[in-house]
Amino acid sequence: MANKVTIYIENHPYIVDEGMSILEAAKTCGFNIPNLCHWRDHKCSLASCRVCLVHVDGEKRLVPSCAYPVRDGLHISITDPAAVAARRTSVELLLSNHYYNCQACRKNGHCELLEVAREVGARPELYVGKKTQTTIDEIAPGIVRDTSKCILCGKCIEACKDAQGIGILGFQNRGFNTIVGPVENRSFATVPCIQCGQCTIVCPTGALMEHNDLPKLDQAFQEKKVVIAFVAPAVRAAIGEEFGERIGTNCTKKLAAAMHRLGFYRCFDLNFGADLTIMEEATEFVKRFAQRAPKPMMTSCSPGWINYIEYNYPELIPHLSTCKSPQQMMGAIIKSYYAEKNGIDKANICVVSVVPCTAKKYERSRPEEKVGSLDDVDVVLTTRELGQLIRRSGIVWNRLPDEDFDHDLIGENTGAGVIFGVTGGVMEAAIRTAYHIMTNEEMEPVVFAPVRGLEGIKEASLSINGIKIEIAVCSGMKNAKVILDQVKAGTCKYDFVEVMGCPGGCINGGGQPYVFPVFLPNEDPDIWYTYREKRAKILYDEDKGKPIRRSHLNPDIQKLYKDYLISAGSPLAEKLLHTSYNNKRECYPDPTPETTPLTK
Amino acid sequence: MKLRKEAIDIVIDICDRYKDEPSPLMLILSDVQKEYGYIPLEVQEIISAKTGIPVSDIYGVVTFYNFFSLEPKGKYVIGVCIGTACYVKGGQNIIDKFGEMLKIKPGQTTEDGLFSLDDLRCLGACGIAPAVSINGKVYPKVTLAQVPQIIQEYREKSKEE
Repeated sequence: MANKVTIYIENHPYIVDEGMSILEAAKTCGFNIPNLCHWRDHKCSLASCRVCLVHVDGEKRLVPSCAYPVRDGLHISITDPAAVAARRTSVELLLSNHYYNCQACRKNGHCELLEVAREVGARPELYVGKKTQTTIDEIAPGIVRDTSKCILCGKCIEACKDAQGIGILGFQNRGFNTIVGPVENRSFATVPCIQCGQCTIVCPTGALMEHNDLPKLDQAFQEKKVVIAFVAPAVRAAIGEEFGERIGTNCTKKLAAAMHRLGFYRCFDLNFGADLTIMEEATEFVKRFAQRAPKPMMTSCSPGWINYIEYNYPELIPHLSTCKSPQQMMGAIIKSYYAEKNGIDKANICVVSVVPCTAKKYERSRPEEKVGSLDDVDVVLTTRELGQLIRRSGIVWNRLPDEDFDHDLIGENTGAGVIFGVTGGVMEAAIRTAYHIMTNEEMEPVVFAPVRGLEGIKEASLSINGIKIEIAVCSGMKNAKVILDQVKAGTCKYDFVEVMGCPGGCINGGGQPYVFPVFLPNEDPDIWYTYREKRAKILYDEDKGKPIRRSHLNPDIQKLYKDYLISAGSPLAEKLLHTSYNNKRECYPDPTPETTPLTK
Repeated sequence: MKLRKEAIDIVIDICDRYKDEPSPLMLILSDVQKEYGYIPLEVQEIISAKTGIPVSDIYGVVTFYNFFSLEPKGKYVIGVCIGTACYVKGGQNIIDKFGEMLKIKPGQTTEDGLFSLDDLRCLGACGIAPAVSINGKVYPKVTLAQVPQIIQEYREKSKEE
């Protein structure tokens, strides 16, 4: 417990934890000082936006509240006229290097800059002058960058470097020419960016966003394709937030209802694909574990993680499971088994995947994923884009009834599939099935608690048939690096490791709805610290409520193997459901005109 | 562009020099600039691998400071001061004239690799404004008419060497 101190805000006393910044302390007292660059999980803010200025007795100048620690007896004034004026001026100066094209910006409605401008009462176009040169990078399939919207707050840099341990983004140049971007102002496509999108969920403006793939969907409908969609587990844990639902509200039924109203031929629950992944992956693990080589086997569901290992540890690629991710497996099954059994021309199918992920936009285009000449998946939409699709389709979220996802040959799913969306879920689901494969019995209890929770690295061991299996679960590349370094050094004791690209897993994916407290007046003040737990709980609760909680007991999966794939790891399963990786990916390939972002 | 083995060795050697420093980046970059002449991305990648500092951080430092260069510098680096005093005394006109005659902009190098042009912020020699510094030699109170002569002087010097 931190020491308590008394501070005074507008002469009212409050008791707060010593060592907090004024900004954080004020939050616990019911104040939200306008700010743009302050970021959760970081004690030290860059204090770059200069918006959160307050008056502190005894200080000659106004102080940035995000970088000023509280101490006993501190007198703070947020309403001090000089502070009010300074906060407004700070925002007006930021706006002076901004373009007033908010209507056409996809961030509209979620833009912290616009909201803070409103809060401080910024006057438009008060300062007019030259603007910094603009770079627009729409080359990488996952993330787009538009420097004209950047306010140089540095949050994305911290997300990439400190939270993910990667460091693709950085400040470059100096003074008026300062921009944030990858080295040489390159595209994300020519640097070792894993496209996880963690930068997009902290960007207060529209400078970093997911690639907009709604036009591709429109085109598919226009071309009268058979558009078949499916929705990933983690989407249900967050889509409601797009429509004002409180964080932590399960939206599976409403989500299914919304999907039914968007004109898709069928919309499935990707839990089915997750169950299928478990069948293949658990089988692969049991086989590889028996051979003890190479140890550990590492999961392959997260495309951000695949990018990371390909760029940074290509020599460790043999440790990866060869299983495609659920998204790709689902697409492959729709374009083979489902199409064949239903007499649909597979070339005329457009598979739409709705996921919490920006890296999956890249994954769908990987040449290694193709079956024949066809991509498994044609369009990848993030949870945020689905929100936009629902909005523009005139659907009133609050009036949606409860419905279920489609069940047509495929689609039945289990509790094992749904927990894929949270760190530890793949491992838990895989253990449930691996236990069955190794013992022909069911693991009891079905829950394997040691891999639950949002810690960066979790480890556990279990005994199956008297054989001890050491496992680890990690999320976020900073944590993955710890384990990869152990593997490289030969000191890794684990047999099976689950890795998720984003901290907390898919529930905190780069394509999930923004969690900006300024837009969430009905949430707790600490929502920035708790939203991941709340989203995770939805998935664990859904698992608990499912009649079937083990992938291998999914009747549609059993039928798929019986009628089509024959067995997990069969030659047909290998062809459709497994992939290979590229150990020759260049981190900084020379840019070509096609991979050089537009500068104007 | 791929680096030659000798170049890689130079950079690794410099990194090793400062391996016990708590904050070695500026020291490394400074030595690389002096000993290798410039700091291209390939060199930054090596420094990143040796120090664990992300390439984007290194690139940020290299592009922040004028002293560091991403491209090879010319044989003669012409630094024209456009700090306050020199600017008032016509430093901008002097740098423009150098740029016009050499057909390069500040920060660039001539195609023959002979000259680089840099704008400097105060040489600390305001009494002799406008000042120009070429490879350490300082030219006081430079006039527009002197610019062609100075360039010619170095052209001839390079022939002699």
